[in-house]
Amino acid sequence: MGSYFNLFLFALLLLVLGVALVILNILLGPRRPYSEKLIPYECGLDPSGDARIPFRVRFYLIAVIFLVFDVEIIFLYPWAVIFEDLSWFGFIEIGIFVIMLLIAYIYAWSEGALQWE
Amino acid sequence: MGEVIDRLISIIIAAVILLVIALLHVAYLTYAERKIIARMQQRLGPNRVGPRGLLQPIADMLKLLTKEDLIPYGVDKPIFYIAPFISLVCAGTGVALIPLWEKFVLSNINVGILFILALSSLSAYGVILSGWASNSRYAFLGGLRASAQVISYEIAMSLALLSVVLMAGSLNLVDIVNAQINSPYKIYLIPQIIAFYVFIISAIAECNRVPFDLPEAETELVAGYFVEYSAMRFAIFYLAEYFGMVVMSALAVTCFLGGWVGPFKVPYVPFFWFLIKLYFLLFVYIWVRATLPRYRYDQLMGLGWKVLIPVGIINLFLTAFLKLIF
Repeated sequence: MGSYFNLFLFALLLLVLGVALVILNILLGPRRPYSEKLIPYECGLDPSGDARIPFRVRFYLIAVIFLVFDVEIIFLYPWAVIFEDLSWFGFIEIGIFVIMLLIAYIYAWSEGALQWE
Repeated sequence: MGEVIDRLISIIIAAVILLVIALLHVAYLTYAERKIIARMQQRLGPNRVGPRGLLQPIADMLKLLTKEDLIPYGVDKPIFYIAPFISLVCAGTGVALIPLWEKFVLSNINVGILFILALSSLSAYGVILSGWASNSRYAFLGGLRASAQVISYEIAMSLALLSVVLMAGSLNLVDIVNAQINSPYKIYLIPQIIAFYVFIISAIAECNRVPFDLPEAETELVAGYFVEYSAMRFAIFYLAEYFGMVVMSALAVTCFLGGWVGPFKVPYVPFFWFLIKLYFLLFVYIWVRATLPRYRYDQLMGLGWKVLIPVGIINLFLTAFLKLIF
């Protein structure tokens, strides 16, 4: 029974709390559905077509750039923990790594990937 | 065997106590928010249920429990059912990792910061799944906006915390607080004021709060990704949002404001200073909400990608450089 067990126990308690509240709600609440009540909300009008509309490819682009940065940060975390042992060597190595990513970042910026209009 | 069961029971009791304390904080945060914003706008706020409206959160809870649980047409049922629970568990589990006091931390793991960051990334799933499953255009647009916003500000937040990890040399939250106490500054707010600034802005954006509340912008998207949810499922999303605020503020207290230390020791209440700092940061959340108007979407993404991330990287390397020189 280590610390991780406590953590997952707490997560489990939260889940149990949520499920219990919803079950209690289903038991206590009324249930009188009719067709007008059950249509998706669109300011009181009938919904016009499918809700899953096409969306801009820019959201996808943001997700790809996020992935690159997130992987970078995952590399930076262990570096930060043992920074004192690595000293100047680690500083320069990670500096080169980050500068390469910064070039890509500036390129993406200049290509307008971060521009929302 | 009996010893193991004894330990198990004591851990369960500790977890339940922590959960009840956290839930009380979350419930009364909603009350405090309504009351403080009302005062700032020269209104009275809730004052009917109990003395000074103090029982309002309980009344809200009871009312939501007896409301009809609607499942609209065309929703993706399994996803629609599990999305609120994903939000709640991801937002709330962080409470178990926060050291309220040197000797009271439910789960003292070595990668505390990393785990909280992972949970806050995962909470994007609750948002995007509920938006997708709801079969409503408002929910869909809200979910898209929320996920783009959460991942953008995630990077800035990780960079801000990275500077703290660099100074403390550990990912364990108790070690970080101890490193702050042993450092000449006592709290990391002084050397890391820029990181603190980046962290607070990102934390407000991560929790989808004003001025970054575009995913649920009431005036354009009605309620955003949870517009189709009703009764307790809706309340669980709300609970998750306020849990997120509490966890983010507690993380800021732990990483930047020195956790449980204070100018003097308060007898019998070891987490007095932790709570004072926590309440101050929560007050800042509410204060910001009462003060600022909403951002435009391009301004929001621009602030995240073009200001906070470069500032975070520069601050990180400046910290590393100064640490090597001195």
